[in-house]
Amino acid sequence: MADLRTNFLGIRSPNPFWLASAPPTDREVNVTRAFKAGWGGVVWKTLGSEGPPVVNVNGPRYGAIHGADRRLLGFNNIELITDRPLQVNLQEIKAVKKAFPDRAMVVSLMVPCDEESWKAILAAVEETECDGVELNFGCPHGMSERGMGSAVGQVPEYIEMVARWCKQHTRMPVIVKLTPNITDIRHPARAAKRGGADAVSLINTISSIVSVDLDRMAPTPTIDGKGSHGGYCGPAVKPIALNMTAEIARDPETHGMPISGIGGVTTWRDAAEFIALGCGTVQVCTAAMTYGFKIIDEMTAGLSNWMDEKGYATLDDFRGLATPNVTDWQYLNLNYVTKAVIDQDLCIKCGRCHIACEDTSHQAIANMVDGRRMFVVKDEECVGCNLCVEVCPVQNCITMQPMAAGSVDPRTGRVVQPGYSNWTTHPNNPMAQVAAE
Amino acid sequence: MSANRSTAGIASGRLSTAEYTANFGDLHAPLDRHEAHVEADRCYFCFDAPCQTACPTSIDIPLFIRQIQTDNPMGSAETILKANIFGGMCARVCPTETLCEEACVRNEAEGKPVKIGLLQRYSTDALLDRGHQPFRRAPATGKRIAVVGAGPAGLSCAHKLAEHGHEVTVFEIRPRLGGLNEYGIASYKAPDDFAQREVAFILSLGGITVETNKRLGQDFDLASLRADFDAVFLGVGLSGVNQLGLVGEGELGGVLDAVDWIATLRQTPDKSKLPVGRRVVVIGGGMTAVDAAVQAKRLGAEEVTIVYRRGQDAMKASLYEQQLAQTNGVLIRTWATPAELTGDAGQVTGVTFERTAEVAGKLAGTGERFTLPADMVLCAVGQLLTPGDLGGADALALSGGRIVVDDERRTSVPGIWAGGDCVAGGQDLTVSAVEDGKQAGLSINRALMGAVATAGAAHAAE
Repeated sequence: MADLRTNFLGIRSPNPFWLASAPPTDREVNVTRAFKAGWGGVVWKTLGSEGPPVVNVNGPRYGAIHGADRRLLGFNNIELITDRPLQVNLQEIKAVKKAFPDRAMVVSLMVPCDEESWKAILAAVEETECDGVELNFGCPHGMSERGMGSAVGQVPEYIEMVARWCKQHTRMPVIVKLTPNITDIRHPARAAKRGGADAVSLINTISSIVSVDLDRMAPTPTIDGKGSHGGYCGPAVKPIALNMTAEIARDPETHGMPISGIGGVTTWRDAAEFIALGCGTVQVCTAAMTYGFKIIDEMTAGLSNWMDEKGYATLDDFRGLATPNVTDWQYLNLNYVTKAVIDQDLCIKCGRCHIACEDTSHQAIANMVDGRRMFVVKDEECVGCNLCVEVCPVQNCITMQPMAAGSVDPRTGRVVQPGYSNWTTHPNNPMAQVAAE
Repeated sequence: MSANRSTAGIASGRLSTAEYTANFGDLHAPLDRHEAHVEADRCYFCFDAPCQTACPTSIDIPLFIRQIQTDNPMGSAETILKANIFGGMCARVCPTETLCEEACVRNEAEGKPVKIGLLQRYSTDALLDRGHQPFRRAPATGKRIAVVGAGPAGLSCAHKLAEHGHEVTVFEIRPRLGGLNEYGIASYKAPDDFAQREVAFILSLGGITVETNKRLGQDFDLASLRADFDAVFLGVGLSGVNQLGLVGEGELGGVLDAVDWIATLRQTPDKSKLPVGRRVVVIGGGMTAVDAAVQAKRLGAEEVTIVYRRGQDAMKASLYEQQLAQTNGVLIRTWATPAELTGDAGQVTGVTFERTAEVAGKLAGTGERFTLPADMVLCAVGQLLTPGDLGGADALALSGGRIVVDDERRTSVPGIWAGGDCVAGGQDLTVSAVEDGKQAGLSINRALMGAVATAGAAHAAE
């Protein structure tokens, strides 16, 4: 049995699966249910400053896009930070941490951008004996209009400043939660590091309108005929989150900085991918909000089974193993030549590979062989693009097979070269480096 | 109401009202919106889709299913009806298991095709329920066409011609329109008077005049039609039936032609009034045999046996239909041919069969016999074109007793087209008849309007 125990900034949890700061972590009753179900930790729903709590809309807060059979693929919300009194939240955090001392209890915070506000909230939160704080510099909706959330996260100087205040005013580990609503994620991550933050977590939600109600001619969710952009999350955002995670993990300035991965984690496999890119924990929200807390059983068992199969005893055994394999396009090996191969035994003859290639790509898949419906790759046309693999409804029916060095690519008529050669030295590159290098 | 399943002889009212209602209601419940969307999501939108190729009317199945997915049932129905104006009935009666659904690539993937028939019904029902008219007639051409027979072939042809702006007169021998849709197929496949609702929709396009109770050769003849109209389409079906050729046939009570028996059943709203035998023997192996046997069972017959002279794989009824019969409690016996009818006091009491075998590729009796007791014998051994159907028009070339047509459904006589069950080389399916009518309509239009005009009209109609 693989050991899933996690130590992130000294915060220990029995597994790397934390519930992200969101509706599932807003109240004692929910978090208690989560811990009983087996979740390793939570980031309590974002607290604001002392005073009258924020108010939420009383109409719909969520929107979604669905795939086949209404499988939820993308999720959007316009809910704000906790709308319950600060003291109630603090009491509940303290009670839950006491009842579940082995679980990670991190508290998310969002207060106005002045030192006194941060100092005050940090002092109040420390009293709960929680394990750490996460600075919510991410929410793109509502609070950002008041100069908080992503309004801070989009300005690296603010991130650095607030992170520094927090490190000054608390002994607790400080995690900075980043917004993806920015051009280059490395800048806010570097700012967090410069400010002394112990870790970053990402991604927060992406500004989004999930759909337009064509009867009301208004974005959804619609509040009395109007809508406002929300924050997008769920399986659809995972690719964006993985890329941003990798960018931070391989940036020389932030390399090695602990990362809590967030964004569409739905299964054990998603979690393993984030960890392979260097994450210490993962945070989950949409999957729990879609299926309930029981999914933790699939996640822990799946991760453990896979680690056993691969011979990884602990999470550290594979953490970050994929990071060195993320590179710039210019360093990809141009000598590597692949051709699509269709397994005729698995092929169900739907023809989607053919029409996709024929209409939109390279006319490299025949649809007829000796007058019979049959789909076969024309190696002399195939550029190895992988489109057919992705549109094929049968997994592993079409695979990309590398050509052996020394063989002739029938498309180019050139001999496949051994070894490695990339764009930086390619003769077509006007800025190619001199071969002598 | 003293009769029950075991009441001897032929009796009506063997079942309770509730049983009759259940037995003659919808064989398959229609899909509701949620079910339709779940099922539509399974379609892969194949390239050059095998289901479409398998459809005799070439309905663009991937497109109409995608239109269901995108919540556009009216557009979906239009896609269907453009190719097959009887899309609603075909959704109910097509042997999809040997056509579109057999070709579905999901069979290869997981052995379960997309339920194309039920999806087609979902869309076409939605359109009929809404009363939406997706077609518009092209400007009037002044051409007049006579269509003989208001079955699927005739009405399909009439609709296509009306769409192109022609004036059509349909002559029908029976009081109601629809042909076998109204008089032939099993009740539970098209309950709630669906055949008439569909005919009303088809006629609602306009340009089609109907004359019922008009018999070719009696009330009018081919010569007069050719003189009075610019073109003639024959969709007269097969009004004659093959005989068993046994002593007592036509004399003994209880020996009935299955086609007539089903027609009576279809035209009797109160099924409890329909007499049925306690022991029923159905002779034949086609759809009519299955329809007759299953309906006999559902009317309360205690024992129903289908006897077919060859093996089950040679039966014209699809495997699905055979299994439908079997799950309804019908026993299918094969490799036996009727040899003798036995009777008592003018009523049939049994059928003696001779076992058969294939010897050197030919069917032959083995000499071994067995007798099945029966108080009702339904003969479903095939229908045929009788000379009366054509009003004695022996000028039409026939093959195997049916009218010879070319690819465009032109007969050997200029100006006369034909389609449906009455033509040679067909599949004897509703959907094939619809295709015949459609192709004949297009051909007539081309012939009357000339190639150039046709291109424009077809464009306008689409």
